[in-house]
Amino acid sequence: MINMSENILKYEENLKPNVIEMDDTINKFKRLTGRLHELSHRMLLVLIVILLWEILPRTGIINPILLPTFSLTLITIKNLLLSGELQVHIIASLQRSIAGFGLALVVGISLGLVMGWYNRIERYTDLFVQSLRNTSTFALMPVFILLLGIGEVSKIAIIFFGAVWPILINTISGVKSVESIYIKAARSMGVSDGELFKKVILPASIPSIIAGVRLGVKTSLMVVIAAEMIAANSGMGFFIQNARTIVQTDQVYAGVLVLIFMGLIANYTMVWVEKKATYWKGDLDRAIS
Amino acid sequence: MNTLDKIKAEGVKKKFKLKEGQQVNNNGTPSNEIEVLNGVDLSIRKGEFITLVGPSGCGKSVLLDIIGGLTNLTSGKVYHDEKSIEGPNAKTGYVFQQYALFPWRNALSNIEFGLETQKVPKEERTKIAKKLLSQFGLSDFGDRFPYQLSGGMQQRVAIARALATNPDVLLMDEPYAALDAQTREILQDELLRIWEETHTTVIFVTHSIDEAVYLADRVAVFTARPGVIKQVIDIDLPRPRKGNIRSSPEFADNRHKVWDLLKGEVIKAQKDWELATVYGRQ
Repeated sequence: MINMSENILKYEENLKPNVIEMDDTINKFKRLTGRLHELSHRMLLVLIVILLWEILPRTGIINPILLPTFSLTLITIKNLLLSGELQVHIIASLQRSIAGFGLALVVGISLGLVMGWYNRIERYTDLFVQSLRNTSTFALMPVFILLLGIGEVSKIAIIFFGAVWPILINTISGVKSVESIYIKAARSMGVSDGELFKKVILPASIPSIIAGVRLGVKTSLMVVIAAEMIAANSGMGFFIQNARTIVQTDQVYAGVLVLIFMGLIANYTMVWVEKKATYWKGDLDRAIS
Repeated sequence: MNTLDKIKAEGVKKKFKLKEGQQVNNNGTPSNEIEVLNGVDLSIRKGEFITLVGPSGCGKSVLLDIIGGLTNLTSGKVYHDEKSIEGPNAKTGYVFQQYALFPWRNALSNIEFGLETQKVPKEERTKIAKKLLSQFGLSDFGDRFPYQLSGGMQQRVAIARALATNPDVLLMDEPYAALDAQTREILQDELLRIWEETHTTVIFVTHSIDEAVYLADRVAVFTARPGVIKQVIDIDLPRPRKGNIRSSPEFADNRHKVWDLLKGEVIKAQKDWELATVYGRQ
């Protein structure tokens, strides 16, 4: 279909003016009370689930062997912490996921920047990238073990594989979707290609890159557990799987609860990182997810 | 060439290639090229304020891009101080309708951007930027990010940014089109005030005839696409201009002159648009 003068139309775009932030102190107070209010809403459902978790096994509606009470799970966590066993596994999992994620971060961002910047590269890589990123990481686990053995290398490699795609894809799309008006403005001020990249493309892609990194963090935490369940003798994945095998159900739930905490901490850390890195966008207070 | 000419355009033509599958109607024949400028001749004098008006799509913004060195022309020549324009030039400042402030930089550092490119030392940069901020009445807003500024403030910062490198030509592409009427008038007066002080050559694209007449020494009226200059009108209103000049009979005369020239072109442009739409449906 024809779209006449599309090239010219872009010159006619309108942008609505922004509103000024009037009074910082009042806003801050409002935000604080708003947050507390929001927090109480968020906690409600969690508290109900915890209550059910306590009551159902206690009253025998659910067999307490299959679902030990919440309080027993907490006590188990405490004991595991006191014996030092839990820390060993947490640290093992963290080491693996940080190694895999760190690698994915470096490779994903640097490759993504290059691939987004040089359009021509994408033509050659797109099919390859699309094929791999849509393949289940878990399905490839046996392949990694076959090729790299059951040691640390295969586990770190699989975490890397899971985490690198969202980082790579988001970095590419961040670079490619930089608004052309910023590029035009910078060009009009005579920037070189290098400066354009450093001072415009890079900062403009940060929000998209961070979104990819957040997904990467999430993926690496998920993948590490699966990898440890398949082949490992340490780590939270191994711990949970092992506890199930020896029917220490309270330890199974203790492990799961610890994982939930780890996930929450990782998520909120990333929210904080995102906020710090994109402070210039404003309006991020509501975007906690 | 007259040595008083700051910018001289000779027979400037510009064609855009359309995307694959897109076609336009060029005088009845389908084409995958769109002719935007069809031989623009225009001399812009040093220190003058010229406004460009024309129907949508007539290529006036494209001419601005060509003068700014951001787009190549298909044929013809454009000179800046008798030198052929080959690319962006530090002596040319550009202000866009969408402000185009970098959202990750605060107002002060936005203004410093062009100076950084020119390797001006940090201290000097900040000094220049602060001075500009105060000229625009924004001294207290240097550390604000664009999202914390109103549209009028953002455009002020954008103009300050364009002026920071002390250009001798300022290109303005419908800079006030997105602002409300009151803010627009205030910014027009501010711009005139600063122009009176610096006498930078200003080339200002607008859709508002009122704005074109109020600001300009001369108004260049474009034809419908493919654009050429239909006529250049001298605006002989006294300077410095004040808002109340708008209600003078002389102002109205000039306004009518421009509109008389423009009206037919706007109608032609709309027909062109309709034809294109009909053609596209086939």
